Amino acid sequence: MSDAALQLRDVRGPGALGGGRRRALELLYLIAVTEFRRSYLGTALGYLWSLARPLLLFAVLLAVFTQAFDLGDRVRHYPMLLLFNIVLFGFFQEATTQAVSSIVSQESVVRKTQFPRLVIPLAVVLTSLFNLAVNLVVVLAFLLVAGIEPTWTWLLFPLVLALLLVLTTAVATILAALYPRYRDTAIIWSVAATALFYGTPVLYPLDIVSERLRDLISLNPLTPLFELARKWVVDPDAPGPATVGNGTAWLLVPAAIVVAVCALAVWVFKREAPRIAEEL
Amino acid sequence: MARATDTPVVIEARGVEKTFRVPRHRVDTLKERALHPLARGEYRELHALKGVSFEVRQGEFFGIVGRNGSGKSTLLKILSSIYRADGGRIRMAGRLAPFIELGVGFNPELTSRENVVLNGVMMGLSRRESQRRLDAVLDFAELREFADLKLKNYSSGMLVRLAFAVMVEADADIMLVDEVLAVGDAAFAQKCMDVFRAKREGGKTLVLVTHDMATVQGLCDRAMLLHDGELRYAGEPEETALRYYRLNFGGVNGGAGAGDVPDVNVHVVHARLANARGERVENVEQGEPIGIDVVFEARHELESPVFGFHVVNADGVPLFGFNRALAGGEDRVAAGGRVRIAGTIENPLLPGRYFVSCMVSRNRTQGDLALHVLRLLEFVVYGTRPGPGSVSVKADVEAKGG
Repeated sequence: MSDAALQLRDVRGPGALGGGRRRALELLYLIAVTEFRRSYLGTALGYLWSLARPLLLFAVLLAVFTQAFDLGDRVRHYPMLLLFNIVLFGFFQEATTQAVSSIVSQESVVRKTQFPRLVIPLAVVLTSLFNLAVNLVVVLAFLLVAGIEPTWTWLLFPLVLALLLVLTTAVATILAALYPRYRDTAIIWSVAATALFYGTPVLYPLDIVSERLRDLISLNPLTPLFELARKWVVDPDAPGPATVGNGTAWLLVPAAIVVAVCALAVWVFKREAPRIAEEL
Repeated sequence: MARATDTPVVIEARGVEKTFRVPRHRVDTLKERALHPLARGEYRELHALKGVSFEVRQGEFFGIVGRNGSGKSTLLKILSSIYRADGGRIRMAGRLAPFIELGVGFNPELTSRENVVLNGVMMGLSRRESQRRLDAVLDFAELREFADLKLKNYSSGMLVRLAFAVMVEADADIMLVDEVLAVGDAAFAQKCMDVFRAKREGGKTLVLVTHDMATVQGLCDRAMLLHDGELRYAGEPEETALRYYRLNFGGVNGGAGAGDVPDVNVHVVHARLANARGERVENVEQGEPIGIDVVFEARHELESPVFGFHVVNADGVPLFGFNRALAGGEDRVAAGGRVRIAGTIENPLLPGRYFVSCMVSRNRTQGDLALHVLRLLEFVVYGTRPGPGSVSVKADVEAKGG
């Protein structure tokens, strides 16, 4: 051991990234990759299953909304838009729902090792992100087969993805931190996630919604992301979030919500992280 | 065994405090919190640690002992950054790996290869380093041919071996160990001991939380005694063990207060070695019977006592031993009464250095330990016929040609 290593350093106790940033990142990567590989190699059909779920959901919703309602005629490229949206929202839903109980289900690790707490919900998000990446490849194939012309705006899509990732991470972090203390977080979130599914332009584009509802849905921070994705990837002629809503200034509200959620995530996790092991 | 006194301090704890708030009525849901907003105040405070200070030096084996609930595991968890201290300051130097339990974080769905790498990173190695040590871990655990088997298909013995190998190969500067030795069989415990000794030779620091005074006396350079969240003693392992026994047998509260320790139940009046002619000796000739003469005095009444002796080699390995209960008559020793254990023992020992350890327990069936002295007697067997191992036995075998 070198003399430098013998420098006494303060032990500050457990924290969100306790044990150093590098170690946290390596753990995050390892856990997410092994979890991802496991979900794909675990079953006989492996990868096909995780693809089958969004596709089956897509088939059901497509049947309902084109046959029972006439969205197929009113919205250009509706089936492709629906598939695309389902995959995107699926990521948000999967990551946040699994994050809720993530820390509690890793109880032994949290209580018996020096484990950076933040890594646990982040690994859940990262695993879901891997799933999303695989699903997006399939969606891309569908888009091309359906005859949607690639445009230069496709290159902007990662921006949407990045914003979605930030919001998802923040929500997942808050939920994971609150659950050990308030066990009803899981129930509340399962209802809230369903409400968000209908309150986000997933099944429908924003421009066909009634004026009054539109204002409400525009407040949802997920709304501009889905509207942007639609305009940039599926249908360049779509109005886009600023036009269909109440102008660019109105977009500041969901943006402010995103910032607030992120700030809340940092605050909540910092507050809860040191004592999570005692709450379990 | 006084060593590591001039090496740098690697763990320094100053006035560490920890209080748990135990709700009388656990408020787990929002509804309960909304309905009983004032329930918040209904906590019972549990002072697990009340200002504990100590330091550990590099290369030292440091024992933390205490009865259940004395706060020793809490202290270990604070040192391990699992709990946060409420007060005081802890400083540490070097990379630390806590072992609160063997095999924490093992995922039964993954192969042992994957688990070992993951665990290595959890112990603070980099991914590359962890990958590099994979072979060493699998070799140590003797599980190389099962490297790609999922952990759920392992036997419990294989799991323990793997977990222990991960711990050994994590190669931390400071190891914090909580009763790890309690799992597994005697052979495993022996392997642990060997590994710890090797680690000490390598200059590693080890902090061990344990109930087992034999481990403390046999392995630790220094030890500290915690009682009710307070530091009662820190220093010589023998003294720590003695005070631990006093706490255990000195009454319900373990004495009136810090520093004021009650009498031990049993103390040694004298312990002597003798030769075949009954003359008192310090050392024994090879092959000559060993005479012992030990007198105990009971401070308090001893019900159904058992007196056990072990002959232990220089590495702390017990070689043989015997137990004696009181012969004939009453099966108890009155307060102030004496018991003499004397006689001769066959001497199969090869030349070398040996110890006699003794244990006195009362209430035979419950096995309450009243006294445990690791080094009651120390002697050298001298002679000119060395051999492998520690003892020689009669072997009626012959070698024939053809």
